[in-house]
Amino acid sequence: MKELVVISGKGGTGKTSVVAALATLAEDKLLVDCDVDAANLYLLLQPQVRQSEPFSGGKQAWIDPDLCSACGQCGELCRYGAVRCSEEIWSVDPLACEGCGVCAWFCPDDAIRFEPVINGEWFTSNTRHGTLIHARLQAGGENSGKLVTLLRQRASGLGELLNLELIIADGSPGVGCQVIASLSGADLALVVSEPTLSGIHDFGRIADLTTHFTVPAVLCINKWDINPEMTARLEEEAERRGIEVVGRVRYDSAFTRAQRRGLSLVECDGEPAAEDLKGLWKNIQPLVVDGETTLKIV
Amino acid sequence: MKIGVSAKSGSMEAEVESRFGRCAFFLIVDSENMRFEAFSNPATSMSGGAGPRTVQEFVNRGAEVILTGHVGPKAESALSAANLEVVTGVSGKVKEAVEAFLAEKN
Amino acid sequence: MNGSTSMLIAIASGKGGTGKTTIAVNLAVVLAQMGREVAYVDGDVEAPNGHLFFKPRIDARFPVDLPVPDLDKEICNSCGKCAEICQYGAIIRLGEQILIFPDLCHGCGGCRLVCPEGAIRENPRPIGVVEEGEAGSVGFIQGCLDIGHPLAPPVIRAARQRSPNRGIRLIDAPPGTACAAVQAVEGTDYVLLVAEPTPFGLNDLRLSVEMLRSMQLPFGLVINRADDGSGDMRRYCAAEQIDILLELPDDRRVAEVYSRGELMVEALPEYRPAFVELGNQLERRAA
Repeated sequence: MKELVVISGKGGTGKTSVVAALATLAEDKLLVDCDVDAANLYLLLQPQVRQSEPFSGGKQAWIDPDLCSACGQCGELCRYGAVRCSEEIWSVDPLACEGCGVCAWFCPDDAIRFEPVINGEWFTSNTRHGTLIHARLQAGGENSGKLVTLLRQRASGLGELLNLELIIADGSPGVGCQVIASLSGADLALVVSEPTLSGIHDFGRIADLTTHFTVPAVLCINKWDINPEMTARLEEEAERRGIEVVGRVRYDSAFTRAQRRGLSLVECDGEPAAEDLKGLWKNIQPLVVDGETTLKIV
Repeated sequence: MKIGVSAKSGSMEAEVESRFGRCAFFLIVDSENMRFEAFSNPATSMSGGAGPRTVQEFVNRGAEVILTGHVGPKAESALSAANLEVVTGVSGKVKEAVEAFLAEKN
Repeated sequence: MNGSTSMLIAIASGKGGTGKTTIAVNLAVVLAQMGREVAYVDGDVEAPNGHLFFKPRIDARFPVDLPVPDLDKEICNSCGKCAEICQYGAIIRLGEQILIFPDLCHGCGGCRLVCPEGAIRENPRPIGVVEEGEAGSVGFIQGCLDIGHPLAPPVIRAARQRSPNRGIRLIDAPPGTACAAVQAVEGTDYVLLVAEPTPFGLNDLRLSVEMLRSMQLPFGLVINRADDGSGDMRRYCAAEQIDILLELPDDRRVAEVYSRGELMVEALPEYRPAFVELGNQLERRAA
């Protein structure tokens, strides 16, 4: 069983639309939405939730006002500015608290509770394209990386149980903890980029990240025809890095129309870009069939 | 000797888990009598540091050598710090992997 | 109002690629042309793009460091208290050995404090960089996270700290609603959300609105690439009493200008008045 993760560096390049297309074309697979704080894939899949579980990103500190002697030591120790004092009542701002536990450990009055908090929920759902594992992280939720890891674990376990060939994961934008948690140990990273100056810049960043975590990467250029010159530059950059271009998807207003219908583009008849997406899958498929990944990490 | 193996489930018939730090279970097999104990791995949900944490678990249970697929750089540091021998590239069922290891040793 | 008022405005979005940077850089240029003292702060430290449009002159670079533990093995008695307090797996105890993984460290300082022998010192470990400079009359500050390091918030914090405490500061925030986005918008005077009227865009707008309401931050909306299908988003805003400060139409020329790294208000000057009006609206709301 292989794991394909779709990432981008820059946001808005079309990861989720591409994942939905691959979900339609691939068989024997399981889907994971790793974009846990702005999950969109479910909008194209209409999932029926079979199982939901609470998620705890970590622990949070809470000052018990009845025990607190207002010594202020917690405020001195906290490096995240999470300890507040208002009218001599000391409290911890849950959005700022990073869950390090230092204030609680050293409180002379033992007035600080440091306990796991629920800051999200994750789901195992059925969709017309197979099982979808997804989540919702509360706003400001800490440790999105941990939730992503959990989803991937679940996907891995379920995939083995169901004897599936492939896990397709929709990643989040950026290069930080959420993306790192999506990438580590994946078999193949599909980078979806756009032919803009920003897109090229962020392609460089995400490519550096895949190299750093030794995950082989390939590139799909989305909306390639809005700027063929930039597309050529992007392809040059990919070649320079030894990253194969496996797809070029043209700009197509049908993507939004499909989104509004809750469908992937390849489920809509006669759309030109659908051929591009099928071509993409045709190129990726041999790379993620068991035992045949011949890509080297550069 | 006590042989640790990263596994997908908790029995000798389980498949070896190739990703060391992500193993759902780990087994400690006593080579004298081939008896085993299986433990679920608390490190699996860690977004970072699962490898070292898994090493800690093996150490706590007295493993002297570890059989697994591959280990990441952090786990490697932890393994060498703990002076644990590790055999990578191991696959198949736990029972067969342990038998193959013992056969090679002798 | 001319530069004597200090305003801190974040430009944010639930979804990536909606046009935050486009709005932020063009707004900064127009406000400066209107005579305001303006600074642009790129808080999207995982994928900072503002510099591509500003082409700033960089005058100073500051590494952003995280204090990570450094152990004196001679003094260490292997008690393992440091491993006990660490919530991140950055210090672990393996028998008599203490192992440190600086990449996982959040810099909380707990290990140093808890060590009974005083065996732990903290060394600064670079995780990113803040660059400071100018783009014409716009002050420019950019935070950039080092590749491979997971923690964006400390770099965002550092970038914000370097911005001057006067004039109009525009913070270009990262997309989403997780801790990085929160770090970029917290404590600002006003948040300008940018959304596209697609189902994904509306979904993520709701999430942003939820986040900002829980943080009790005032906010308004720019609808980017507005088209015939914008009805759902407008209806949502009406029902939720959310101000729409600007609607930009779905104009392919804007996409092309953006793709070349050019400023909309320069390449397509007919858009300039919209940004002037946006600037006026913001000054009314954020002051």
